[in-house]
Amino acid sequence: MKIVYRDKVWELKGRTTVRDAIRKVGLHPEAVLALRDGELITDDVIIAGDDTIKLISVVSGG
Amino acid sequence: MGMKCKKCGETAVINMRQHRLALCKDHFLEWVPQQVQRAIEKFGMFSPDERVLIAVSGGKDSLGLWDILLRLGYSVEALYINLGIPDGDYSGVSQQKVECFASERGAHLIVINVAAEFGMSIPEVARSKRGRSTCGTCGLIKRHTMNQLACEGGYGAIATGHNVDDEAAVLFQNVLHWSTGYLGRQAPVLPASHPKLARKVKPLIRLYEREMAAYALLRGIDYIYQECPYSKGATTLLYKDLLNQLEERSPGAKQQFYLSFLQARQEGRLLPDQSGAVEMGECTRCGQPTTAPDLCAFCRLWEPARID
Repeated sequence: MKIVYRDKVWELKGRTTVRDAIRKVGLHPEAVLALRDGELITDDVIIAGDDTIKLISVVSGG
Repeated sequence: MGMKCKKCGETAVINMRQHRLALCKDHFLEWVPQQVQRAIEKFGMFSPDERVLIAVSGGKDSLGLWDILLRLGYSVEALYINLGIPDGDYSGVSQQKVECFASERGAHLIVINVAAEFGMSIPEVARSKRGRSTCGTCGLIKRHTMNQLACEGGYGAIATGHNVDDEAAVLFQNVLHWSTGYLGRQAPVLPASHPKLARKVKPLIRLYEREMAAYALLRGIDYIYQECPYSKGATTLLYKDLLNQLEERSPGAKQQFYLSFLQARQEGRLLPDQSGAVEMGECTRCGQPTTAPDLCAFCRLWEPARID
């Protein structure tokens, strides 16, 4: 599966929860939202195979 | 298949661990404005017949707040301040998002351009004032502009899109520095301490940044995703990161940190309430309220430049 965040893309293997995938790519589950096929999903969802997960930062600066 | 909505059993789109609450899209879009309404009532922010000026940046929080206040039926008008930041057309794009939001909803928007109004954009002022931080100068110019407009327009309150994460990060900073003056004033409502100042209110005080991003996405609000180039490396981002680490280990930690601070102060367990305790005069040049004896901080900002 692919994890996309800003201009970065990671390829992960196997089955994992969204929450673990976020941790694996070095981000905070509290600091992002996850979208699959343009739909917001909760982070307990299991992802695998050719899923593409887009992560959106929720943190504003300043 | 992930979690189910606690209200209807449909697939949830968000899980709010601090509330032990997972909701579907429809129930989440209903829940967020309820939290805002509760904050407005609990802290006595404004009444339905008061005119409210909301400061918008084009980001998720301020546009989300604008959407919610309109839906709740409040009499709200927005102020957008164009800072003239050219990097990645930051100011151009954000103004466009704000104007698009207003025209789609037929909402009232006032646009002020810093360079047109004061002769210099934010980056230009920052370059000419090397001793001051850019963000500090920008904040000063924005506050001056907001206060002036609210006074001239007779608004009852100025609303900003600060959420729990913003307030918790500032609180963390104030505690690290033991800035007791700031700790005394940091509140969801800052009462009008002078006839020329409007009350300042923060209606998103019950909501996490994550929830506001989800609200904007689910509501289809087109907000600016790009960050202000000057916020890179800002200490508040470090504090937000630290607080999110804490939140992950202990859901509700951010909310608890901020709300228990408010409660402790209200009960007099912390510091005396210093809001409104300072004596204010009026600036001899612009006439806005100030604690300084002669020129206010805003007018002092322009002093040497005008002597040249």
